[in-house]
Amino acid sequence: MKKLSARRRHPLAAVVVLLLALAATGGLYAAFAPAGKAQADETAQSLAIEEGKKLYAVGCASCHGTGGQGTTDGPSLVGVGSAAVDFQVGTGRMPAQQPGAQVPKKKVIYTQAQIDQLAAYVASLGAGPITPTESQTNPEGADIGRGGELFRTNCAQCHNFTGEGGALTHGKYAPSLEGVSPKHIYEAMQTGPQNMPSFPDSTMPEKEKKDIIAYVKAVNGEETPSPGGFGLGNLGPVSEGLFAWIFGLGALIAVAVWVAAHTAKAKKS
Amino acid sequence: MSTATTTESKPQQKAPAGERVADWADGRLGIYSLAKANMRKIFPDHWSFMLGEIAMYSFLIIILTGVYLTLFFHPSMNEIVYHGSYAPMHGIRMTEAYASTLDISFDVRGGLLIRQIHHWAALIFLAAMFVHMMRVFFTGAFRKPREVNWLFGFLLFVLGMFTGFTGYSLPDDLLSGTGVRFTQGAILSVPVVGTYISMFLFGGEFPGHDMVARFYSVHILLLPGIMLGLMVAHLILVFYHKHTQFAGPGRTNNNVVGMPLLPVYMAKAGGFFFLVFGVIAMISALFTINPVWALGPYRPDQVSTGAQPDWYMGFAEGLVRVMPGWEINLWGHTLALGVFIPLTLFGLILAVIAVWPFLESWVTGDKREHHIAQRPRNSPTRTGFGVAWITVYFIGLVGGGNDLWATHFHLSINSITWFVRIGFFAGPVLAFIITKRICLGLQRRDAEKVLHGRESGIIKRLPHGEFVEIHEPLGQDQLHTLTAHEQYAPAEIGPSVDENGVERKVGPTQKLRAKLSKGMYGEGNQIAKPTAEEYKEITSGHGHH
Repeated sequence: MKKLSARRRHPLAAVVVLLLALAATGGLYAAFAPAGKAQADETAQSLAIEEGKKLYAVGCASCHGTGGQGTTDGPSLVGVGSAAVDFQVGTGRMPAQQPGAQVPKKKVIYTQAQIDQLAAYVASLGAGPITPTESQTNPEGADIGRGGELFRTNCAQCHNFTGEGGALTHGKYAPSLEGVSPKHIYEAMQTGPQNMPSFPDSTMPEKEKKDIIAYVKAVNGEETPSPGGFGLGNLGPVSEGLFAWIFGLGALIAVAVWVAAHTAKAKKS
Repeated sequence: MSTATTTESKPQQKAPAGERVADWADGRLGIYSLAKANMRKIFPDHWSFMLGEIAMYSFLIIILTGVYLTLFFHPSMNEIVYHGSYAPMHGIRMTEAYASTLDISFDVRGGLLIRQIHHWAALIFLAAMFVHMMRVFFTGAFRKPREVNWLFGFLLFVLGMFTGFTGYSLPDDLLSGTGVRFTQGAILSVPVVGTYISMFLFGGEFPGHDMVARFYSVHILLLPGIMLGLMVAHLILVFYHKHTQFAGPGRTNNNVVGMPLLPVYMAKAGGFFFLVFGVIAMISALFTINPVWALGPYRPDQVSTGAQPDWYMGFAEGLVRVMPGWEINLWGHTLALGVFIPLTLFGLILAVIAVWPFLESWVTGDKREHHIAQRPRNSPTRTGFGVAWITVYFIGLVGGGNDLWATHFHLSINSITWFVRIGFFAGPVLAFIITKRICLGLQRRDAEKVLHGRESGIIKRLPHGEFVEIHEPLGQDQLHTLTAHEQYAPAEIGPSVDENGVERKVGPTQKLRAKLSKGMYGEGNQIAKPTAEEYKEITSGHGHH
């Protein structure tokens, strides 16, 4: 130590101390700093937010305000979460074409990557429901019977027995669930878009959501069997009655006319 | 016949087997006189006379398929947990009624097809009865002597509605259960006795454990039994009265021109039965009806949108849907006018069409028999009334499906409700006026045709340059057909004083009758048909007009 202390006034001593200090902080930083991958993610996330903000400024800001604070034309997006954005933009509902009772589903104009960027930006405005992962929404192995019971208790009032959709007041409606992806059904339950109430995990746990998705896919999916023949829209007695009148009775009257026209004719004398 | 083999031995002594069987039967059943009286019964030919046949055949099909369904249906409300063939219902608690309907649909051989035939035939049965009833109405075929048969037919329609209702309620699925709940609500709205009737009907609080079993005996025994009896009586009366026919050469009020029952009509009717069966079976094989498996079992705490009754109850549904939810609360009691008024209207609207024949015969004072069916145009007020009635009925149906109109035509359900509310009052009035004008126009056209002939479309240029269209005179048969109908003169109250100058007493009912008569047959309410004198005057002498 004597040697060291003797040289403490050496002209280069300050430089050495500085180097040592730098090495120590550098080493400590290297040891404790987050992993490199995470670092890259952070960059990507901020990049996505950046990109999302740009997309937002073009496609959304006119109604929802430049900072997502909402205007008279559109609600605030603070706290709606990425799931809401993924649903609304992912089903083509947003950006809305025109104001009205309800914004209809239409062609999706953003790519999934852009939707994710938009979602990232809106999520950055305030915490909200997060876009579910594939494993959260995959209905494989779920209890279809239980899902049906849940569906009839919670969903059928508006969406009809098998999710064919139904009318609400003043031109609003519950859309058909035919062909809606499991992810979007999940997000709709999670976020409660437009006129739909939301069913967060606290009232409807993830497992029950899966059951419901499984039921909808079982009774209104592409592979749903129709043992009785054509379904006539699966709308129940109204379409059945219309069919019975027009095609049932219509055909029978046509037959009656045909029979009456082919009668045994008395021979002309 | 088993007897055929024994007759071979001594053919020269014994009569042919068929004759002996017939003799045997005649000695015990008296079939010869029966056959003599009825086999050559004449029926006139017209496609619209076969509408009732469609109804009758679909009724028979319903009975046949219904018997098959009773073999497998369990009319019980005991709850079980389902573990049958339909996976989406696994592990669900349901009544045996619902479970057995699922079994009929998925496990019983031919069960689903029979169920669908039963249900489709029911819809078509009611529709055919409706159309048949309207045919009878618009052609005045309900006039004396057929008023009682009109009422039989009307009763068949109403009973058919309730048989249908009790039938589609049996599977105890979520849709039909909602319908039963709706009916219970309507019963509850009846002042004073409503709650008692409901408790009595359901054996306690809704839904209870008796509903399916009770509806079952009503559906398979009571109502069809009455209906079958009524249908037989209906047919006997058709035989007894003989069928009406449209006016035409050789057809009078005292004859029937057509084909004999045997062999022509037997063959035709038999063939028509199989055609009806074929069409209904084809529809049932191709198109789903009431997929109960998709609806789930009934639970009073669940309900679905798009819950409508079958079409024949749809107009009652519509009345309730569009009625404002009025309510009166008095001394702790609630009078649910929002439901009770539609319930009353439901009965009233049905009754109005049933009593029309009696109203009409009272107004005309006509006590004669009528066997010639009228053309609708020749009774403009009745035709207008009938169309107005149909309009009310179908506007009610629109109300019953207001949600589907809304979703499929992108309309607001509230606008449809308002359309139905206004249409309920304005629709029949408009329909009445328009129909009557059309009828009068057609009468004028008939008169024109009789007097001036048919427009031939041939234009002739006269020597002095004038263009005229050549009208071809109608044949004698057409002239007869177009002028065969009778026209009533409006009833008069008569002079206000009698021959002695004493003021006559005219009751208010008589005044009303005169007023109605004027509305039906007075000036401007029918076009006087051309008389023979007019015809002669126009067709004689000057060549054209």
